[in-house]
Amino acid sequence: MRREIRFGGFGGQGIVTAGIILARAAALYENMNALQTQSYGPEARGGASKSEVIISDSEIYYPKVKKPEIFVCMSQQALEKYFKDFSGILIYDSSLIKNVSMEVKAYSIPATMLAMKKLGKTIFANIIMLGALVETTKIIGREALKSAVLESVPRGTEDLNMKALKIGFEEGKKALEIKNGNSRKDC
Amino acid sequence: MKGKLFLQGNIACAEGAIAAGMRFFAGYPITPSTEVAEWLAKRLPKLNCIYQQMEDEIASISAIIGARWAGTKSMTATSGPGFSLMMENLGYAAMTETPIVVVNVQRSGPSTGQPTLTASGDILQAMHGSHGDYEVILLSPNSVQEMFDLTVEAFNLSERYRVPVLLMSDEVVGHMRENVYLPEKVESYDAPLSEKGIDYFKADPETLVPEMQVFGKGYNVHVTGLTHDERGYPNTNEQDVHSKLVRRLCKKIIDNAEEIVNYELSYGEDADAIVIVYGAVSRSAMETVLKLRKKGRKVGLLRLITLNPLPEKLIRKLTRHAIPIVIEMNLGQIKKEIERISKRKIYFYGKIGGELPSPEEIEEFMMRVMKW
Repeated sequence: MRREIRFGGFGGQGIVTAGIILARAAALYENMNALQTQSYGPEARGGASKSEVIISDSEIYYPKVKKPEIFVCMSQQALEKYFKDFSGILIYDSSLIKNVSMEVKAYSIPATMLAMKKLGKTIFANIIMLGALVETTKIIGREALKSAVLESVPRGTEDLNMKALKIGFEEGKKALEIKNGNSRKDC
Repeated sequence: MKGKLFLQGNIACAEGAIAAGMRFFAGYPITPSTEVAEWLAKRLPKLNCIYQQMEDEIASISAIIGARWAGTKSMTATSGPGFSLMMENLGYAAMTETPIVVVNVQRSGPSTGQPTLTASGDILQAMHGSHGDYEVILLSPNSVQEMFDLTVEAFNLSERYRVPVLLMSDEVVGHMRENVYLPEKVESYDAPLSEKGIDYFKADPETLVPEMQVFGKGYNVHVTGLTHDERGYPNTNEQDVHSKLVRRLCKKIIDNAEEIVNYELSYGEDADAIVIVYGAVSRSAMETVLKLRKKGRKVGLLRLITLNPLPEKLIRKLTRHAIPIVIEMNLGQIKKEIERISKRKIYFYGKIGGELPSPEEIEEFMMRVMKW
């Protein structure tokens, strides 16, 4: 089965990295085929950034995402820009996205705030989002994600990234308990 | 690097070059090929090899030609505007029969066009961009795995036929990441050195390929872009010398085409329509063909892996009964070749603007032309 996941945010948040880590986890630790692409504009930091992942147990031909079923979003601008062809589960950073006007099944994770408060740096927010993504959707296993995070992050940051992942798992669990599939208006 | 990995196309290309024995890379980074240079700038010094950042693309291709004559397998990577700058010395490499690999991760042109978006508009330029008659080999990868495999293949073909080989990738294949397997060791071929150290432009009458000689072995190696005799020395007045040399440069590729050509044919036997594609587009087209087959439509797919030379006999055979449909990210470049080979009307779908055609739009096009 072909599953499609979109990550959106602004340049510098590690949106592309998050996509790569998820895809790598599926490819190397879940024995799946995975394919990652990114929207590639001239801007580097600040502008809207998008990274997309396809995971499948069979061969992946067309390499672009057609209709993502999961959208992990970390900025208001990206939500508005990349929402249009999406239908499914929205997982968003509620410390940066204040206004979700769309009718959609959504999980709110205050990732950037938690990264700052618990780990001292906002840079870990993408890893928190990854943890929450895996916890809420079970798209891949926790262990596979852990291995891919460890393989992908700079040496010396493993502990902090593992803490971020743990926060993400916990937040995901909380979000599941609170909402359990209700529409966003209820959170 | 080896084993099961998850890599970007451009990085797989860089690793393929290292595996094939490349020890010198000269380049001028340009989107969307930059990661090839970036990766090699990190990797090559650790292997005691050389990454050379040049002042432009003219210098880049010059440097790799020089490096190869010094006995080192070498490569450069670029995109549209840089590829245009390389044309003069691409001809020089063809004329001097220098085995080099040039990677072109294509973006939209002409000129600076759309730097970050995909296209395959440089195919005819790659075949004919330098002046005079000559033949080079063009390869077209459609996956990260093939960015590795075909880079290795590009080196081997360049060494076997003493010819520049152009790896014609595109932004989609260069930038995407997917599962890839890098073997422990690859089969690599080196152009044999002539024992006598002379006549390194005198071809074997069978293969039409001469043995090589390099600088620094004690021989007076002479390399020139001028029309030259079998010793490599200029002879620019005699018609025979020029005719013999240039005809051989072309014939060594054309006559060996069956050995060189690589393609992938799916559902060719009973096809009413044959989709002819290459590169990233082939992935969309494959999805369409599989879907149409499920619906009982008799459609086949020919994926060209070598874009020059082409599998002419096969194309003629397939298009005798099946309607040829060509899909490209340009306004009809390989289409012209298929037209020439098949002598049939081609149904052509060309998409430009930086986006890969989707399986759905290819299906719609096919349903329309086939009146299904």
